[in-house]
Amino acid sequence: MKKTILDHALDWAGRILLTAILCFVLLPFIVVLIASFNESAILTFPPKGWSFRWYANAFEYRDFGEGLVNSLMIAAIGATIALIAGSGFAYVLNRYDFALKSLLNGVLMSPLIIPNFTIGLGLLILSAAASLPRSVWLVVAVHVIIVLPFVVRSVYVSLQNFERRYEQAAESLGAGPVHVLLTITLPLLLPGLVSGGLFAAILSFNEFTASLFVVNQRTQTLPVAMYNYVREYADPTLAAVSVIYVAVVAVMLLLVHKFFRLEKVLNVE
Amino acid sequence: MSSEIPRNTPQDSRQHPAVQIDGVAKSFSGTVALEPVWLKIRRGEFLTLLGPSGCGKTTLLNLIAGFLEADEGELFINRDLVTQVPPHQREIGIVFQNYALFPHMNVAQNVAYGLRTRRVSKAETAERVREALALVKLEDFADRRPRQLSGGQQQRVALARALVIRPRVLLLDEPFSALDRNLRTAMQVELKEIQSRLGLTTVFVTHDQSEALSMSDRIAVMSRGRIRQIGTPTEIYDQPQSRFVSTFVGDANLFSATLREKTTADAILEVGSTRLTLSTYQVDMPAPGPVTLFVRPEQCVLTDSGKPDAIPATVALSVYQGSYAELHLDCPSAEGGRVMLRVPASQALPAGASVGIALPQRGPAIYAREDDIA
Repeated sequence: MKKTILDHALDWAGRILLTAILCFVLLPFIVVLIASFNESAILTFPPKGWSFRWYANAFEYRDFGEGLVNSLMIAAIGATIALIAGSGFAYVLNRYDFALKSLLNGVLMSPLIIPNFTIGLGLLILSAAASLPRSVWLVVAVHVIIVLPFVVRSVYVSLQNFERRYEQAAESLGAGPVHVLLTITLPLLLPGLVSGGLFAAILSFNEFTASLFVVNQRTQTLPVAMYNYVREYADPTLAAVSVIYVAVVAVMLLLVHKFFRLEKVLNVE
Repeated sequence: MSSEIPRNTPQDSRQHPAVQIDGVAKSFSGTVALEPVWLKIRRGEFLTLLGPSGCGKTTLLNLIAGFLEADEGELFINRDLVTQVPPHQREIGIVFQNYALFPHMNVAQNVAYGLRTRRVSKAETAERVREALALVKLEDFADRRPRQLSGGQQQRVALARALVIRPRVLLLDEPFSALDRNLRTAMQVELKEIQSRLGLTTVFVTHDQSEALSMSDRIAVMSRGRIRQIGTPTEIYDQPQSRFVSTFVGDANLFSATLREKTTADAILEVGSTRLTLSTYQVDMPAPGPVTLFVRPEQCVLTDSGKPDAIPATVALSVYQGSYAELHLDCPSAEGGRVMLRVPASQALPAGASVGIALPQRGPAIYAREDDIA
């Protein structure tokens, strides 16, 4: 069938609309990206000259470097703990029936409705009352609480979709419960576990509100370091840090994609 | 198994059942899935559990496999009490409906899985995997992934994987239902050949009566959590003991009748105004009164209407089927008002023709009117 001029017009209108929406979604990042190369010390838009000096400044500013290391460490440890604990809870919720099941489910999901600052404040008061040091472990604990519901949900959904016949086939072939778990259940759940853990790591890496309550100068995360910086200075260094920030998250995603070959693992019939 | 038989004598080990089910029952949160069942499966026997969905056949299979725990009763495999034994220690092979091949392993790894759990040496594992794949004619597919195989090939892998461990019993859970028609028949023949060559005790679960009739040594017909009848395919088809079995296996014509008199062998009954004397094979015949008379279509004979021992009917429809024609008859004494007969295509009659249905003296059965439908 031959296309009329109207068809072509509608075709192009559709494309333009889609592009516009995509641009709108990406707009904040694009503005920050351009601002980060601004030569001037004031955050003006559009920039009048171009420079890399804010990137240099970002790397030289010690709080950012330490904040990045803290954030990566906290995200890695927090996500690992949340993944192990969350998978365990998800397994129990999926496989067993018991009296307080809905209560357990409710408690596990509660961080979703409790604001992050409440969680931060609560742990701050608790640690002060118990005179615990404000160590990196306190920050990790806050992050684990915040990301746990997401890990539990993600692994639970994987378990719901898991074909129990695989485990039964393995059992019939002589595999005991631990052997089944290690050779069948875990390998087949790997995509769900990896995406759950990755999700947790990114949420933890982005977490700001609760962290603000429980960090100190030594344990501050990158978002907190950025916040502290912007309270004192108003130059484009923060834009440069933002770009680096996005790059780190993108690299995390790429690494997982490369090492776990997600699309291959995911292609399970 | 009676306890006076001494254990472990050679002739005894040939005679004792491969599987013995003693009053095994199962409920799920108050709903009975399986009433207490007693069943002995002989060595090398191909036993089919046949019934509609929800009849308890899959529950019974899962109990034999150990995936479910019996509420009561005991289960023996080769005289070993296994009621409390977990599935991985029962030495049972299973082929599931969707095969459940491990998607993260290739064909050889799938087949080797049961040998690796048994810590069989590498050399022996390789040899036995090769043998098993040769048995199902898949030697050249060892390195393929399950998803690269057709349905029939996947099923062969599943069979090889179950057989390589030399199971004491092979369980088949509707293994053909995912295959298309032609492949299904071919796989049935192949499976039956392998099964009888290896002398494997096999429990086969299906809802397909023609599969059950063609493959089994014995069939246990189940409904509502009970075994309704157990016997050879011929016994089940020719001598159904209940209305349920008669209609679930094969085609059945059913008439509303009145049982007037019964002696040890003979029964005198009336179908409408036709008076018949029959001798039946039945174990239990109902008391005189309203009954249902059952007869297979191929046992009915067309005669002239008006003969005293023929049931009057009118041809409603003739369906040409190539080698034969199906005559659907309107018959006031039939349950549902219809009777079906198969006649040579040349003898098909036009709609509206008045005919008589003559029944053989042996073959029909009489069931109580209130006998269950399901």
